[in-house]
Amino acid sequence: MNSTHSQTAAPQSMALHMKGISKRFGPVQALTDVSLAVQTGTVHALVGENGAGKSTLMKILAGVYQPDTGAIEIGGQALTLETPGQAIEAGVSMIYQELDLAEDLTVAENIFLGAEPKGTLPFTVSHHQMAAQTRKLIQQYNFEIDPTARAETLPTGDCQIIEILKALRRNASIIVMDEPTSSLSERETARLFDVVRQLRAQGLCIIYISHRLEEIVELADEVSVLRDGRLVHAEAIAELDIPKIVHHMVGRELDDFFPERTLDIGAPLVQVSDLSSAAGVADISFDVCRGEIVGMAGLVGAGRTEVARAIFGVDKRTTGQVTLDGQELSIDSPRDAIASGIALLTEDRKRTGLCVQLPCSWNITLPNLQQIGMGSLIKPAKETTIAAEAGGRMAVKWTSPRALTESLSGGNQQKLLIARWLLANSAFMIFDEPTRGIDVGAKAEVYGLLNTLAEQGKAILFISSELPELFGIADRILVMRRGKLVGNLVTKETTPEKVMHLAAVEEG
Amino acid sequence: MNRFIRQLLPFATLTLIVAALSALEPDTFLTAENFLNVLSRSSVNGIIAMGMTAVIISGGIDLSVGSMMAMAGMVGAGFMLKVGGTEPGAASMLLGTIVGIGAGALCGLLNGTLITKLKLPPFIVTLGTMSAFRGTSYIINSSKMYDVPSYTLLGQSNLFGMPVSVWILAIVVLIGFLILKYTPLGRYTYAIGSNREAAFHAGVNVDRNLIAIYSLTGMFVGLAAMIQTSRTISAQPTAGISLELDIIAAVVIGGASLSGGRGTVIGTIVGTLLISFLRNGCTLLGISTNIQLVVIGAIIIGAVALDQVARSKAEAG
Repeated sequence: MNSTHSQTAAPQSMALHMKGISKRFGPVQALTDVSLAVQTGTVHALVGENGAGKSTLMKILAGVYQPDTGAIEIGGQALTLETPGQAIEAGVSMIYQELDLAEDLTVAENIFLGAEPKGTLPFTVSHHQMAAQTRKLIQQYNFEIDPTARAETLPTGDCQIIEILKALRRNASIIVMDEPTSSLSERETARLFDVVRQLRAQGLCIIYISHRLEEIVELADEVSVLRDGRLVHAEAIAELDIPKIVHHMVGRELDDFFPERTLDIGAPLVQVSDLSSAAGVADISFDVCRGEIVGMAGLVGAGRTEVARAIFGVDKRTTGQVTLDGQELSIDSPRDAIASGIALLTEDRKRTGLCVQLPCSWNITLPNLQQIGMGSLIKPAKETTIAAEAGGRMAVKWTSPRALTESLSGGNQQKLLIARWLLANSAFMIFDEPTRGIDVGAKAEVYGLLNTLAEQGKAILFISSELPELFGIADRILVMRRGKLVGNLVTKETTPEKVMHLAAVEEG
Repeated sequence: MNRFIRQLLPFATLTLIVAALSALEPDTFLTAENFLNVLSRSSVNGIIAMGMTAVIISGGIDLSVGSMMAMAGMVGAGFMLKVGGTEPGAASMLLGTIVGIGAGALCGLLNGTLITKLKLPPFIVTLGTMSAFRGTSYIINSSKMYDVPSYTLLGQSNLFGMPVSVWILAIVVLIGFLILKYTPLGRYTYAIGSNREAAFHAGVNVDRNLIAIYSLTGMFVGLAAMIQTSRTISAQPTAGISLELDIIAAVVIGGASLSGGRGTVIGTIVGTLLISFLRNGCTLLGISTNIQLVVIGAIIIGAVALDQVARSKAEAG
């Protein structure tokens, strides 16, 4: 990449123009006549619900799929991108949500993977040159990263920087970032934004895909909105705000997302007192009433998930107790917790949620075999019926309850997990980031569900990193900071600024 | 649909092999006697393979089954002779059989306990116990075997026209099938193998289930050891050397995944029979055992390769 040249180039020249792209997969029309115009030196946000066609469009740009119709121009030149290699050659680099770094290699080795500078002897690599060129790149963009550190030892934020450097090393002029902040802390996110702005200043263009509309308003210059495989809107950010973007995405207003809470809060059902765990949370006390949704806010690493894990018996409790309906519980494992009437929807669907190789029905009944009277003998036909009913309540889209779980889309997998815990019918339900990575429509369904559960008299603890949804649905908000509970606020009497201040005051 | 075809694959291969051998050697191969002979020879492997199937579905492996079989046989036969003298009576033989099965179960319990309580990989633990059990089976009678000439019931007699060992195999297959398909233990085995963390978070007592699976495998090995002892009317400390590889091969040919979460009892029994018929056919055709080894190796790789192709097609479609 020739940065000095790009900086002097006319700022309004077209870096990428995808024209009239259509793509069909079997019976599914994934994209219909989509055009995307991206200017040089801009951050262009691509938004849309899951399944709107963002991934397909980007995979066409990356040379993974071929469009049925349409043309692609990069830097004014018409190109056909038949392989990912050709796309890279043309200056397109993708940074996927799941980073693919070689964890045992260093930063420099990752950046030059597959294109190592040759050493003086045949079949050798010049580590010296590699390090020197890496340092040069790092300096050019003012990044802060140690080229000799092994990827494994670095936080996710730094790994993203490695991916960006890899793209720059390949002379990328267009970098596509797919949900880059989904696993970053607030601070890492802020740093990533600085990096993105830096790249923009150097004349690159960034196509930025995110569900977090706040980020898009903050970062993007222009926004293209996809809905059902069509481009429904494209405009400069100055003319847009979050409600307008949402309106284009779903054809509804933001306020419609959150159900009206008819406050019918009963007596305290769950009492957590002086809870501490080996995982670093200390002296946590709070209660949750019947019919109440208690939100839990805090920065990444503040110990919110650890509170849930300590209650649920995943992490060992060192002090404290949990009472449910006046009864002190003795919980040493998730098994005990489930038997006591507690459910935990974990934040990491893949790692701690689903057995994806198994049929959907098996995942629904897994913690519920006792509950549905199959604790000693499973009756497959009856199990399928029960699972179909539970999945139906969450409107899981599957070909059959016997279909393998891995055949479901991410949003549907999340619904499947929720269906599991609905079937468990626990009195106290903990939802840890239930809306992470799912689209706006599915989020609205989750909010509606939380409301319904509360109306049924359940006690709900709702952990979330997104303040708008906490303020939209929670009756009270607990704030965590560094393993301690630092706030217990009635939602109506507080503000997002107050919560943020409590959560972050030591950081700021 | 694709999943169905995939599960059918080992069965189709087995049918093909049996059909081909029937055509080539109608007089010697295609006889009830020969079939019962093959089944009877499959009984030891088949019984152990039932346990191995559960172990592999749970994401583990048990390398110690061969040594364990030698040791359980030595313990069982040794007990018979100790209690009943050189010509043990029916009661001592029954007692010895139970002790042999119990010895296997204890070995399995040891494997399961080490794996879960010390949080060691099953490969390492059973590699270690493979050596230790083998050593123990030599130590028991100072490297000599035990002769039990009157112990013929399990390995050499018939019941309703079928060898007793085949009846036992049929019962064990049925038990294995019922456990994996209809009990929480079986269901949790699949869940643990597919995603251990997720199973734990869904309330599965992972350790207890794993210990149960390895113990059950040990028990099946003990039973197989007593059948083997009866077949040869002696317990030999060298029994079952490299048997574990045959067993693992049968399970894998049957469609189980070594990374866990996948496998069936039916597939495994088909895999076991496939290897047995192949051996039998090669022998009848006068193909040397050396070539048999090569053929079986090719079948293992071919079966897994075909399975992979079918899987990636299923994923693409």
